[in-house]
Formats: sequence, structure tokens, C-alpha cells
Amino acid sequence: MSATAETVEQVHSISGEKYKYGFVTDIAADKAPKGLSEDIVRFISAKKGEPEWLLDWRLKAYRRWLEMPEPQWSKVQFPPIDYQQYHYYSAPKSDDDRPKSLDEVDPELLATYEKLGIPIKEQEVLAGVAVDYVFDSVSVATTFKKKLEEVGVIFCPISEALERCPDLVRKYLGTVVPVADNKHACLNSAVFTDGSFVYIPPGVRCPMELSTYFRINEMNTGQFERTLIVADKGSYVSYLEGCTAPMRDENQLHAAVVELVALDDAEIKYSTVQNWYPGDEDGKGGIYNFVTKRGACRGKNSKISWTQVETGSAITWKYPSCILQGDNSVGEFYSIAITNNAQQADTGTKMIHLGKNTTSRIISKGISAGKSDQTYRGLVKISPKAEGARNYTQCDSLLIGDKCGAHTVPYIESKNKNAIVEHEATTSTISEVQLFYLRQRGIPEEAAVALVVNGFCREVMQQLPMEFAVEAQKLVGISLEGSVG
Amino acid sequence: MTAVSFLDGGLDGGRTLPGEGLAWLKARRDAGAERFDALGLPTPKLESWKYTRLRPLDDTHYTPIGDDADATEIANLPSVGDVAARVVFVNGKLRTDLSDLASLPAGVRFGPLEDILADDPAWAEAHLGAVADDTDQAMLALNDAMMDSGFVLHVAKGVALTKPLEVVYVGGLTDQAVAYFPRNLIVIEPNAQATLVKHHVGRGVGAYFANAATEIDVADGAIFKHYKVQAENMQATHVATEHTRIGRDATYECFNLAIGGLLSRTEARITLAGEGAHCGYHGAYMMRGKEHCDNTSFIDMAVPHTTCKQVFKGVLDDEARAVFQGKILVARDAQKADGRMLNKTLLLSDNAEIDTKPELEIYADDVQCAHGATTGQLDQTALFYLRSRGIPEPQARNMLVQSFLGDALQEISDETVREVLMDRVVHWLPAHCYLAGEWKESA
Repeated sequence: MSATAETVEQVHSISGEKYKYGFVTDIAADKAPKGLSEDIVRFISAKKGEPEWLLDWRLKAYRRWLEMPEPQWSKVQFPPIDYQQYHYYSAPKSDDDRPKSLDEVDPELLATYEKLGIPIKEQEVLAGVAVDYVFDSVSVATTFKKKLEEVGVIFCPISEALERCPDLVRKYLGTVVPVADNKHACLNSAVFTDGSFVYIPPGVRCPMELSTYFRINEMNTGQFERTLIVADKGSYVSYLEGCTAPMRDENQLHAAVVELVALDDAEIKYSTVQNWYPGDEDGKGGIYNFVTKRGACRGKNSKISWTQVETGSAITWKYPSCILQGDNSVGEFYSIAITNNAQQADTGTKMIHLGKNTTSRIISKGISAGKSDQTYRGLVKISPKAEGARNYTQCDSLLIGDKCGAHTVPYIESKNKNAIVEHEATTSTISEVQLFYLRQRGIPEEAAVALVVNGFCREVMQQLPMEFAVEAQKLVGISLEGSVG
Repeated sequence: MTAVSFLDGGLDGGRTLPGEGLAWLKARRDAGAERFDALGLPTPKLESWKYTRLRPLDDTHYTPIGDDADATEIANLPSVGDVAARVVFVNGKLRTDLSDLASLPAGVRFGPLEDILADDPAWAEAHLGAVADDTDQAMLALNDAMMDSGFVLHVAKGVALTKPLEVVYVGGLTDQAVAYFPRNLIVIEPNAQATLVKHHVGRGVGAYFANAATEIDVADGAIFKHYKVQAENMQATHVATEHTRIGRDATYECFNLAIGGLLSRTEARITLAGEGAHCGYHGAYMMRGKEHCDNTSFIDMAVPHTTCKQVFKGVLDDEARAVFQGKILVARDAQKADGRMLNKTLLLSDNAEIDTKPELEIYADDVQCAHGATTGQLDQTALFYLRSRGIPEPQARNMLVQSFLGDALQEISDETVREVLMDRVVHWLPAHCYLAGEWKESA
């Protein structure tokens, strides 16, 4: 029986009704036909051989999604998304087509990596990094698995986790980001195809940095990754997410969801370098990056730290947040966002203080150049029970050129007198004096700007794991190419 | 026509409004009513009303003020002392017996709006709505439709007033809930200078709803200082919409001292329209009980070389709630703009709440803009220090609160006004002990 027929039959058996839409013709490419419907959701679920509770969950999400309005409050502007023009599932054609090693990877892609300064060839050599490559939507390679298994760490694609430890996934999936949190997260819940699942058992300090490299390489394939990281009592994990995409000429939709759960005394450090295709100078063809990231510090003394370097995408809509439930829990958000040309970014964080003596720290550095627009949007909320809560927020913006915009929209809501909330923000330009000094030392203007900007971002750069910090510094320079002179 | 549940008789109560018979004014009122009808009462769904709900309007039925003059004796009206002239409104009606307009200097026109509408309708037509022309504000539209009181201040070119002018609004002395809609028009011509102090006083326990709109035009080179003390009673709902335009090299200084009121909100929209314009927009709020105070401002730095500074400090006790929403917009090419915004709030009780949103929107690169916001309680170290010096805790707390708010009051450049306002701050402090200043003398 061919794969196609098998799928149809599977779908048939699950739905229990006649399959109305003939996407059969397209399945040869192992790709769902364009568009989104309940049948597509069933198709994805069947394709991945998921348990019934998950299908119900997806369908519930899909139905809610149909009713939900698009979020209108952010500053980003784009034409209405035609959700029917995307493929919601695609996998590498067959096992034979999967790259077995780096040598088999598209050289064009490698060239892009090279330019971005990602030492992909060194990736496996780089000490302590386990790479879970996601080529489109199906994970094709996982390294260092054995070593992780020895200490009991589960690090695998979420589809695999559903087979290995369904109870764990079921227990935590959707508990941090509810199905109907927002339209983009809801869409993800309905159609997510893959992503990573990490579970760190009690008392275990994950022996290496976990890393997933995403890329989008099939035309018109929206990526709907779903990441779930659970750090059990007293454990620690550092997770790296890096993204890069080759050039494409059509807007690509990306609506990922990341959920983190930290139990008593656990710590999760989540770092992101995002450098997807930002589109050409007018923003044509860039990626729409609508991400919902949220971490719950459920246990006492737990800690979640987000670090992000956002340089790519035509539109970034992303607010990694922390819900500080456990007493003495800590939330951190370190961000660098660089926009150039016609990029738009609306990013920031939410720190929800619920437990006693919870602390949070927000450091956000925004750099806008070209015709780009950037917004920091943050919420610090202190509930009446958050005795002794403490927040410190600093967000600085740097403007390069007179056609760009930088905006700061912080919300502070405090309902506890023992809480201390501090917020500081500045907006300025690169000082002529600094530039002049560097140039008279023989440093070309563009390099001088990159140097000043790197200095401006230093506080956040320091939070990045070493492997990322090097890459991120190069990114700053590349992202600002052509913004001066 | 429009049915308005909170207002007796709706928007056309059949009463005579000032300026009856003026076609242009009727057109403005009709347009306002239509716009209010379309917009409806603001709800927290609107971003600028996110934290404030006009709850008192849900269950109170207000009667617009009538024509019958109210002769209640009123003593001890607040004042900053030696003033050039003063206008007093009681429950929205002008009280000539309490007002003093006898000795106005030449070149200054100061009096109730209805007089201007009667005496010089052409001037009123030219200036009414010249600054406040926004179409998205329901409360302004409501005022447009209903304006029934208010004053006009017009200072001619080059005239510099040395003494301040004073306006007093008294509310609350009625058996039933009343509503009034003051419309204030302030025009400061080029190179003129004036200082205005507005007192809003709540007397008694009657509920009232004041929906005020103020238009301020500070022309090139002029200096206008605008101070507002808002001490409404515990049943009062006070919604003010202010629109200000600041011309080239002109200076506008404003201070809002909010001491009371069940619900008070001031929404200011200020445009720095000429190069070299400066705006200082400051305030302090002290709330207790279930009071709610909202300060929302939008400062548009539209042209290059403008500066603005904002300092708002507040103290919240009991179940009081305060909202601060400040936004500074630096327009494209408005280079060399310098914008500063600061909001600090002290929470004295477990049930108080502060919602603050200092916002910057910047489209020019050669600018210096900053904002800061803090919330917290009294500094325990400072409190300990004072107590270790033998100062009892209640007094020590008062001293700290006073000095905390003093920072904001420092922004008032008129010394006399600053002292009067500071006095109001001191008298707000808990009275179960000596007032901070008096304690020092008695000890």
C-alpha cells in the first residue's frame, strides 16, 4: 500500500466519515495541499500517528482559531494573511533524501550559513553541543543522544516524545500557553508539525547545551514548531535555538510556540539567535515571525532566563514571558533586536509576579536603521500576593538614520506596596564624537558603527552562551550593512 | 436624538444653552452630539482608557444644571492670595457675587464663556475648536454638544500679567446629582505672559459629573503657566480634556495637583508646533479611600528643536488606584528633540494599585529621549534613620511622603503657587499626628 493510500485510510478511520476533499493528488510529495481546514488538521495528526487526545486538542484549537480575531494592537503592519495559501505539512520526500551528513546538505544553504558566520561544519565538533536539526518539519538527525540518555535527559522531537513518554507531554502541553491564548498560538496548536521536547529529571544538571537549528527550506511552507521544556526539581538546562533561512521571494509564515516549565529549584536558560530572511530592501519576501514564548516558574526558587538576538524576519512579533508563580522565583529577559531596511519588530516581554519575593530583570536593546520600525512592548504585573517582588527594567533604543522609528510601550501594573518596580528607557543616536574618534583611528565607518552597536548591546551579549556570542557579534555587523554612508 | 442613560433629558434636555441663536455654534453642538453618538462612552477596550472605566456613570443619573441661580453662602474658597482677577462657578453656574473682575489690566479679556458668546461671537467662532479638533475623543464630543459654562482668557500681544488669574469651580452642594460641561478657552497672543490657577473644589456630599474641555493656544514667544488643584469630593466624577498648542519659542508650564475625587481623569494633548517651543507638564496625585485618578497625556514634538519635560509623582493609600499614561511622540525629521518623562508612585497600602505606561514613539534619530517609572513603598532605611533620630513613625512617614512629592512640586516655577500647593500636600497627610512642619516647631 502506498503512503498516500495509507494516509487516506488512516484519516478515514479516525474521522469516521467520508473524506471529502481530494488532496490525494498532492500527497506524492508528502506534503499537505495548500490551505487549512479541519481535514488538514486531521491529516497532520494522522500522518504523525498521534493519539486521539491530541487530535481532539488540535481540533479544539482549530475551532477556536476560526473564531478568534487577528491581534490588532501591535505596531507592525502587513497585508491580511491568506491562511489558505500555505502548506501546513511537508516532510522530506523519503528517507533516502535526508541528508546523512553535512556533506549532503544543499551547498547554497551552507554558503548562507557561512556568510552568517555560523560554523556549521564545526557544529558537531564544538564541544558539548547536541544538535537536533530540523529540516522543514521533521527532525532528521539527533546527536549525542546516548550521552543524554545516560543521565536520563529526554531530548527529542515532540512527535517522538509522544511515543516515548506520552504522559509527560500530555501533562504539560498547553499548560503554559493555553490553546486559545492568541490567534497565532492557537493556529500553532492546531497544526504544529514538530519541535523539540526536553525533560530534565530531578536533580540533573544537563551535561551539555541543547541546541536546535531550524531552517525553512521548502517554498511556501509555514513552520509551526512547538517546543516544550520541562525542568524537574533541582535540575538545570541551557537550550539554544538558532534560526536561519535561505533567500525566498514569498512571505513565509512562522507561528511557533515555546513552553517552559520550571519546578522547584530548577533553572532553564533559553537563548535564541533569530536571523531569518528579512526580505529585500522593501521588505518583500521576508518571513513573518509570530512567536508565543512563555515560561512558568512553577516551583519555589526556580528561574527562567530568556536571551534573544533578533536580527532577521520581515516582521517579528514576539514576547517571551515569565509567569513567576513559585516563591523566590526569578525571571530574566535579555534582548537585542536589530531592524534594518523595511523590517518591523514588535517585541518585548511580560513578567507576571504571583509568588512572594519574586524578582525579574529586563534588559532590552533595540537598534533601528534604514526604514525600519521597532517597538519594545513590555508588561510588568505585580499581583496583590507578590510580597517583596522586585523588577528592574531597562530598555534602550538606538536610531541610525532619519527614516526609522523606535518606540517604547511599557506597561507597569502594581498591586502590592512591598513590590518595587523600576523602569528606565532612553532613545538616542550614535554620537558623532564616538564615530569621529573611531574613524580618525582608521576604522571605516561601517565597522565603527558595528563596534559602537556591539558596545551598546554588550550587557545582553554577555548573557549568551559562548558559541552564540561569537555568531551574534558578527550578525550585528551583517545586519547593519548598508545602513550608513 | 441621542439617548444618554446617565444624563437627564439626554443630549437635548430642552434647556437654554449659552450662545443660543448662533448658527455656527449650533452646527458645532450638533456635530459633537453626532460624534458622541457614534463613539459612545469610552470603555477600557480603548487603549487610552485601558485602566479607567467610567463606573459612576453606570448607576448615577445626573441632571444638567438649570438656569436658576444658586445663592448658597460659600466661605473659605481656596486662593493663591493676591490675584489680578477671579471667576467663581458654583455647580457650573457663574457666581458674580463671588467673582472679581473689576480690575482687569488692559489687553486682558477674562470672563465666562457665555459673555464672550454674547459680546463677541466672531472671536469665539474663530477660536472655539481651533486647537481641540480631534475627532476620536468621545468626552470632547460630549462637551462640544453640551458646553454650558466655562471661561475665556485672552491676553493680547505683548501684554505681560504680573499677578495670576484664578478660576474656582465648586461642586457638590446639591441634593441631586448634577452634571456640567465647562468649556474653557485660553488664547495667549505672541510674546504675552500669564499665569492661571484653577481650583476644583468639592463641597458637601452631593454627586456631580464635570466634563470639562480646555483649549489653550500659546502663540509664538508667549509664556503661559497653568496650575490646577483638583480637590473634588468623594462622590465627584471629573473628566477633563485639554488641548494645547505651543508656538515658536513659546513656553507652556502646567502642574496638576490631584487631591481627591471618586474618579478623576485628565487627558492632555499637547503639540509643540514651533521650533524652540518648550513644554513642562507635571503633576502630583494623592489618593485615598476608593479614589481613582487617571493622568493621560500625549505630547507631540512635531518640529525640530523642541523640548519637553514631564514629572509625575503620586502617593496612594487605602484602596486608591492611579493611572499614568504618558506618551511622547517625536515626529519624522523633528531632530534635536529633547523629551524627558518620569513617573514615580508610592504605595502606602496593600490594596492600592498603580498602572503606569510611559510611552515613547520616536521617528527622528538625532534626539535625546528618556523615560523612567518606579513604584514601591516608603524607603525603609530612610524611615529607620528618621526614627533613630527620635522622630515618631507617623511623623517620619509624613516627612518622607512630603519630600517625595516635593520633587514634583519643585517643577512649579511660580514660588507663591508652589507654596500654596505644598500646603495642600501637607494638609492631605494623615492628621492623626502633627503635620510635618508644625511638629518641628512644637518639638
